[in-house]
Amino acid sequence: MSIASTQNKGFGAILWDYLTTVDHKKIGNMYIAAGAFFFILGGIEALIIRIQLMAPENDFISAGLYNEMITMHGTTMIFLAATPILVGFMNAIMPLQIGARDVAFPFLNSLGFWLFLFGGIMLNLSWFLGGAPDAGWTAYTPLSTQSPGHGVDFYVMGLQLSGAGTLMGGINFLVTIVTMRAPGMTYMRMPLFTWTTFVASILILFAFPALTVGLFLLMFDRMFGSAFFDVALGGNSVIWQHLFWIFGHPEVYILILPAFGIFSEIFPVFAKKRLFGYSSMVFATFMIAFLGFMVWAHHMFTVGLGPVANAIFAVATMAIAVPTGIKIFNWLATMWGGSIRINSAMLWSLAFIPSFTIGGMTGVMLAASTADFQYHDTYFVVAHFHYVIVGGVVFGILAGLHYWWPKLFGKVLHEGMGKIAFWLFFIGFHLTFFIQHFLGLMGMPRRYWVFLENQGLDTGNLVSTIGAFLMALGSIVFVINVVYTTMKGEKASADPWGTGRTLEWAISSPAPEYNFKQLPLVRGLDPLWIEKMDGNVKMTPAEPLNDIHMPNGSILPLIMTIGFFIASLGFIYQVDSKAWLIVLYAGMAIALGCMLIRSLKDDHGFHIHKEDLEREAD
Amino acid sequence: MSQDHSLNPESFPQDPAKATQEGKHKYIGLWFFLGGETVLFACLFATYLALHQSTAGGPSSQDLFGLELVFIMTILLLTSSLTSVYAIYHMKNNNFKKMQLWFGITALLGIAFLACEIYEFAHYIHEYEFTFRSSAFGSAFYTLVGFHGGHVVFGLSWLIALMVRNAKRGLSLYNAPKYNTFAIYWHFIDVVWVFIFTVVYLMGMVS
Repeated sequence: MSIASTQNKGFGAILWDYLTTVDHKKIGNMYIAAGAFFFILGGIEALIIRIQLMAPENDFISAGLYNEMITMHGTTMIFLAATPILVGFMNAIMPLQIGARDVAFPFLNSLGFWLFLFGGIMLNLSWFLGGAPDAGWTAYTPLSTQSPGHGVDFYVMGLQLSGAGTLMGGINFLVTIVTMRAPGMTYMRMPLFTWTTFVASILILFAFPALTVGLFLLMFDRMFGSAFFDVALGGNSVIWQHLFWIFGHPEVYILILPAFGIFSEIFPVFAKKRLFGYSSMVFATFMIAFLGFMVWAHHMFTVGLGPVANAIFAVATMAIAVPTGIKIFNWLATMWGGSIRINSAMLWSLAFIPSFTIGGMTGVMLAASTADFQYHDTYFVVAHFHYVIVGGVVFGILAGLHYWWPKLFGKVLHEGMGKIAFWLFFIGFHLTFFIQHFLGLMGMPRRYWVFLENQGLDTGNLVSTIGAFLMALGSIVFVINVVYTTMKGEKASADPWGTGRTLEWAISSPAPEYNFKQLPLVRGLDPLWIEKMDGNVKMTPAEPLNDIHMPNGSILPLIMTIGFFIASLGFIYQVDSKAWLIVLYAGMAIALGCMLIRSLKDDHGFHIHKEDLEREAD
Repeated sequence: MSQDHSLNPESFPQDPAKATQEGKHKYIGLWFFLGGETVLFACLFATYLALHQSTAGGPSSQDLFGLELVFIMTILLLTSSLTSVYAIYHMKNNNFKKMQLWFGITALLGIAFLACEIYEFAHYIHEYEFTFRSSAFGSAFYTLVGFHGGHVVFGLSWLIALMVRNAKRGLSLYNAPKYNTFAIYWHFIDVVWVFIFTVVYLMGMVS
């Protein structure tokens, strides 16, 4: 298995390679590509929403279609764009950062990706099969149980599939970090992105099952006539809200913690200075994750849980501002006195600090449960969560893309276009969402199809729409940049920034399929930087050159996923006709059959031989 | 190729389930998985507790439950957990035949448990017309206990597949982790049942 032989393959062979791959880097790239595709879909939906709200009593789209748009925009952006792109980074970068050759469960990794992708396809299939889900991305009952047609069914099955995929990814990352760190890579020498991957995976592990249960209950109510949310038979709608937010609030931290990790990688590299307060950063990450599980009911202040519950959840929510503040000050202190280089990755990171801090501040405002009765379900909330999710997560993703693009794809993104995209998007973002704070305070409710003329909302909404188009323009420039770079970009060296500190910059760009020819010996935090300071060109190896054991590729994850996909369609349509039960059983038979094959067939992997490794140039 | 993982007394490791890198991955991975499963069942328990008095005029837990059958089921499942411990004990002593024997007993006890559960459900449906759709209590009861039953079915299929597949091959470092992860999973299912016995049946009899 020499690497040279993998070059010059036909299209069919390359496609087959990607369909069967268990290589964490390829899977990571596929996560990012698929996430980017869904990001564009969600972006188009956002533009349609903003066009509808451009002028008072606009009739660009109907009220029903508007409900579908807001539902799909939120669901797509959270589950199919932001989460997968971050999971893609975790997949592609985290094993490199800890000096591992792959993840612990390569097969499971591939299965997780395909489940996410087919979950996304399932959700978006609803557009063509009688209408998208229209009960909001939170799918509150009884709205979601009463919603006619199959839209919400697609929401349930699509999220169930992609949620299962994410859960598998989370377990995989946890085991990888626990068992596969290179010699010398102790926990407190792990890069911050690896730490945040670890903590976000813990959150995934403990938060997603709540969504799984919620979706099952909703599925049973809609498809099998159970009575969880049917008040006439003793059901209770608030159960859905609890289950959804027990998942939903940690999900916010599943998104933001990896973004924090990305910024914590970028600031030291471009300030040429060690991360300030490393251990307090790790501590703050755990603190945020822990508190993140204690605050779900702040989404439910107006449900009527009572003043005691509201007060407890309000205080817990405000407490999160403390570890987050620790992080903000640590980033600032990292840059303090550093020799700062400003490029696109750094611009996104710098812009993140004030943008996210505004979102954090409105978060504390919303946490005041008595005041929240005023803000609840207004555009103030919309402005708040877009400030944290766009200003935090999306900025983090774009910073990470610029920073790691050379490592992922072997080319450096064009700086000029990167900067143009940044300024368009950055200005557009603040134009869109800053004014929404005031629209909300003036009483504009969220999720409404139209607003009336001359209530002081006209100008604000127009400004907001103009901002949205600037963001779209920025995104287009970024896409052009990607295409241009892929065609003409300069080839990247192993350490294109020159000041790389962590292990991923010690190997060629893009990384070879076995990552590390010899596992590196880690002598401290920022291991590559330590070697550089000692005048070494390369990492000190921790082992002699030897055969490398690699996992076999497999098409089973894809077929298994297709089985679940078919079964999901069977679940959705068996309500209309029992004949669809055949489809359900057939799909389950395919999926379970694949599991059985996987269990019965021995898979020992293969070895890349020492001689082949020696023949390759460094 | 060093793929011969069959064992002899000289090369026998102290713990064959964790002697290989893959074995360690499976062991730790399963524990994390059970962490997620704990949340899953916690959510189902919470839902049940919120709805267990919402009978909508239908039969309540006091009308339905009888402790005799549930006591037998508890004994069956607890014993099956114990027999799987014996099986793992024999695995660690490289005694494949005895391991298969005790896992066989584990499977039989699991099947007996499942049979009781099916009888129980059928009894409720036919004698009391208490179904998944009759009240929120019904939905919550069948979902919680049914999820546990589903886990038992999955575990049994897993165990039987493992035993049939390896019947002629004997113990190796490749399949030892698979047996071991099953055993841990089976204990977890057992622990969940203890909670169901307490929260659903015992508390259902008194409240």
